[in-house]
Amino acid sequence: MVTLNLLILICLAYVVFLFAVAFAADRAAIRGRGKWLNTPLVYTLSLSIYCTAWTFYGAVGFAARSGLEYVTIYLGPTLVMVGWWWALRKMVRVGRAQRITSIADLISSRYGKSNGLAVFVTIFAVIGTTPYIALQLQSVTLSFAVFTEAGAAIPLSHQSTALWVAAGLVLFTILFGTRNLDANERHHGVVMAIALEAVVKLFALLAVGVFVVWGLSGGVQGIVARIDASKIAEFDVSGSRWAGLTMLSAAAFLCLPRMFQVMVVENEDEGHLRMASWAFPTYLMLMSLFVVPIAVVGLDLMPEGANPDLFVLTVPLSEGQNGLAILSFLGGFSSATSMVIVAAIALSTMVSNHIVMPLWLSATGGTAVMSGDMRNVALLTRRFSIAGVIFLGYLYFHVSGGGTALAAIGLVSFAGVAQFLPAMIGGLFWRGATRSGAFAGLGMGFLLWLFTLFLPSFGPGTILPQAVFDQGLFGLIWLRPQALFGIVGLDPLVHAVMWSMTLNTGAFVLVSLLSFPQPVERLQAAQYVDVFQHSVTTGSWSGGMAQSEDLLIMSQRILGAPQAQAFFASAARAQGVNGYLPEPSPKFLNQLERELAGSVGGATAHAMVSQIVGRAAVSVEDLMAVADETAQIMEYSSRLEAKSAEQTRTARQLREANEKLTQLSVQKDEFLSQVSHELRTPMTSIRAFSEILRDTRELSAGEQAKYSSIIHDETVRLTRLLDDLLDLSVLESGRVNLNLQAGTLGNMLDRAEAAAGAGLRIERGKADGDIVLTTDLDRLAQVFINLMANTRKYCDADEPVLSISTMRTGGDLVIDFVDNGCGIRAGQQAVIFEKFSRLGDNTVGGAGLGLAICREIMTRLGGAISYLPGQAGAAFRVTLPLETRVAAQ
Amino acid sequence: MTPEQEAIIAERRSYRRRRMIDAARLLPVFGVAFFSIPLLWSGAEGRTSTTSAMLYIFGIWAVLAATSAAISRHLRPEGGGSSRQAGGR
Amino acid sequence: MGKQVLVIEDEPNIIEAISYILSRDGWEVKTHSNGHDAVEAARARGPDLIVLDVMLPGKSGFDILHEIRGDAALGQVPVLMLTARGQNKDREMAERAGASRYMTKPFSNKDFLDAVRDLVRS
Repeated sequence: MVTLNLLILICLAYVVFLFAVAFAADRAAIRGRGKWLNTPLVYTLSLSIYCTAWTFYGAVGFAARSGLEYVTIYLGPTLVMVGWWWALRKMVRVGRAQRITSIADLISSRYGKSNGLAVFVTIFAVIGTTPYIALQLQSVTLSFAVFTEAGAAIPLSHQSTALWVAAGLVLFTILFGTRNLDANERHHGVVMAIALEAVVKLFALLAVGVFVVWGLSGGVQGIVARIDASKIAEFDVSGSRWAGLTMLSAAAFLCLPRMFQVMVVENEDEGHLRMASWAFPTYLMLMSLFVVPIAVVGLDLMPEGANPDLFVLTVPLSEGQNGLAILSFLGGFSSATSMVIVAAIALSTMVSNHIVMPLWLSATGGTAVMSGDMRNVALLTRRFSIAGVIFLGYLYFHVSGGGTALAAIGLVSFAGVAQFLPAMIGGLFWRGATRSGAFAGLGMGFLLWLFTLFLPSFGPGTILPQAVFDQGLFGLIWLRPQALFGIVGLDPLVHAVMWSMTLNTGAFVLVSLLSFPQPVERLQAAQYVDVFQHSVTTGSWSGGMAQSEDLLIMSQRILGAPQAQAFFASAARAQGVNGYLPEPSPKFLNQLERELAGSVGGATAHAMVSQIVGRAAVSVEDLMAVADETAQIMEYSSRLEAKSAEQTRTARQLREANEKLTQLSVQKDEFLSQVSHELRTPMTSIRAFSEILRDTRELSAGEQAKYSSIIHDETVRLTRLLDDLLDLSVLESGRVNLNLQAGTLGNMLDRAEAAAGAGLRIERGKADGDIVLTTDLDRLAQVFINLMANTRKYCDADEPVLSISTMRTGGDLVIDFVDNGCGIRAGQQAVIFEKFSRLGDNTVGGAGLGLAICREIMTRLGGAISYLPGQAGAAFRVTLPLETRVAAQ
Repeated sequence: MTPEQEAIIAERRSYRRRRMIDAARLLPVFGVAFFSIPLLWSGAEGRTSTTSAMLYIFGIWAVLAATSAAISRHLRPEGGGSSRQAGGR
Repeated sequence: MGKQVLVIEDEPNIIEAISYILSRDGWEVKTHSNGHDAVEAARARGPDLIVLDVMLPGKSGFDILHEIRGDAALGQVPVLMLTARGQNKDREMAERAGASRYMTKPFSNKDFLDAVRDLVRS
């Protein structure tokens, strides 16, 4: 016989054990040796707080009453876990990236950090969770009562049991939930404790199940027979209930504050989700496997009117299996307490962060920013909130009389928190969701939930008078709590869920579409909805070495291998780490950023390091700074390129100019030496004969005359040479002034003939004489004279004859001067126009500039002079336009 | 291993990974579909017994869990889906 | 003096002046007016002195000088080079080519005679 005292003792021992585990876990976490806390298994087990006393006890009662319907409560979460890639992954990623501390935090932060929303959600959550806490207290009380009814020494009222339990829970939660303010809101001790409780729960339920199937019914066949013979032999779940409850449980799984706490806030590593995706459904399956067998056996064995909720306890107890009964009791106790603890933590976090702290900050005007001060206030608030929440639960338990079937309360609570779903999921997947929409949706949902489910749950007449049920609110028949808009006959829960969710979502979508979000909202929307683009999994520090290696690879590319390795090695040395990979501490990262900034610019360095370390999403400002820097760099480099191209061009031009100058200088030197030679030659004769004349006494008159005339001739030659040189210089420089006149060709040729001197027979065409030219007649005459003089000097025929013929082509006049000599050899034909070039011997005494001058003159007159090959003798062709225009100088 | 061979293997790996992600996305859809079958039972004339219903439901449950386990194993490397970018390995 | 001199020069007036000066001084003057066959003429005549102009039609005076110096018979004959160019490098070039003496035109008759006498004496 299990006495109450024994039970209490065992209970206390178990609680102490839990305390110890929690304490050890917390210590390990603080000391940094918490690796064994961080396993996916612990995470998965911690999710089991979804299985509360409702699961442990209530499911069996549910099954005993309505068959397999209880399964829907677990199918929802199963589907959510199996579909983790859709929703859970994003929730967890967002939660970690944005450092979310609660579901109120998530919703308010998403919608532009709206504290109004946070307050709304917090209050809603508290109201929704309170009944569920009451449920747990009730179950513990009832389970205690089972043992006392079986013959206990001290009768214990339900109320005082509940109070004791509540007090105990407050103590545990405050102790391990508020030891310190973890910035990430992680409570390692609590998580460890509830993981342990998860194991106990499962084990207990499985044990009872095994006992029932193999111990009481003789195996699988036996239990199948029993089920077929029981009152729940037929699958009798209405479609709307099946679908409705499944969806409700799925929604609740995501939105329950306690679930959010363990799933998102306490999550250490996104990778844990992978194991949870199959391990948790397995857990749920195992927990629900033996529910029907236990229910059926209970129905068979237990007297009529026994509370089916407690079959898990009463059946083993009735069969004398006290040990099993105690184990089962512990299982139920674990279920109840773990839920309350986590729910209290979650709710107190919300209340403290979103209601009390803002109020306190505004009250103190935000001046008391000393962190110690705030910390103390925050901790105190948390503790009070925990106590308050649990006490509220107790109050509900007290008020509700503790008689309502457990299942009903649970589902009411589910339906309440499910109202968060549109705003939350909408916020995570729809950038168009706005704060106004969220307010509208939440408000509508809450209102409907209150009206159709929450208030009626107290029973007609408690808060809502019976009249409202029958005739509707304000007498409006379509505002009946359980038959809104005239839809009668629906199961009240399904009815409530349908209306509240539909109108919630509808209002949310409609108002979101119509309203315009604030800039902060839009920024948050982008960050949340596109979180996978923005964030790498914000790694814990345990990912350090891999990141360091990545940083080293990147740094080597930028700084070059030797410098990067040296930098890393010295940093590692400074940290006291062996090798060349230091821990990516903030200090090291700052140093690295500075080092890299020297090469790629500050913004780029920061962006690169952040990407690898994955701490912060690269902000838009960062990206813009990088883009600016890049644009600057590109601009500089294109300017540099342009300058360099310019410089190349300039260098080439300078080279060319230099070459030209060098050539000109060479040409000038040559010209000068030639001129010098040409001048000295006649000077020699002049000097020599002058000296002869001066020094020789006995010169004959003939000799005197001869030598004097030689001197005279040479001076003339000299003078002519100097004149020619000057003329040529003037012509070449282009500074010649052309004196344009009109005249006939005949006159010109006559002039030239006269000036050229006798000794040359000139033949001319008759008609040529009348051609009229407009040109510098003197210069042209100079050319003619020169040509005639050349002929006279150089033509080696016995009787030199110069034939002059003319032609007209277009606007030009062509005059050919052909003599009857032997002509000029092909090789010499171009050279004769050069300065100082003379053919044959020097007896005729020209300076060699004649033809050069002719060429220059003709060029200035707009014409040309050239040698005409293939004629009888030497032939020169002069072309010039009939009307010479003064060309540009 | 030549760079080309490495590239091909990396290609296959990332392709396999994408298909695994597709599988992970499809699995709950199948789950919903299979768990909606009981909706049909309550309306049907032939009464379904609780035991056979249990068999079906728990059977699907187990299959879902096992399939999810298999998929999760293949999704191991990054576990989050979005790959590392800078610092290439 | 009875010495024979060969004047290789193409300007007739200069030939006349030099010839007059030298013959007044007692030289037997032979002239040659182009460069083509100047060396042959020199060999043929075997003069005691050669007066050589640099600018000659046909061959340059330096080439002729080279050939003279390379010739067994004429190798030792003193050569007086005349040129209208008077720069240092021309002087050096002449000396390198083997000219015994070098004079720029125009020159004073007296200097010319002194130089010629000098060359023959040594």
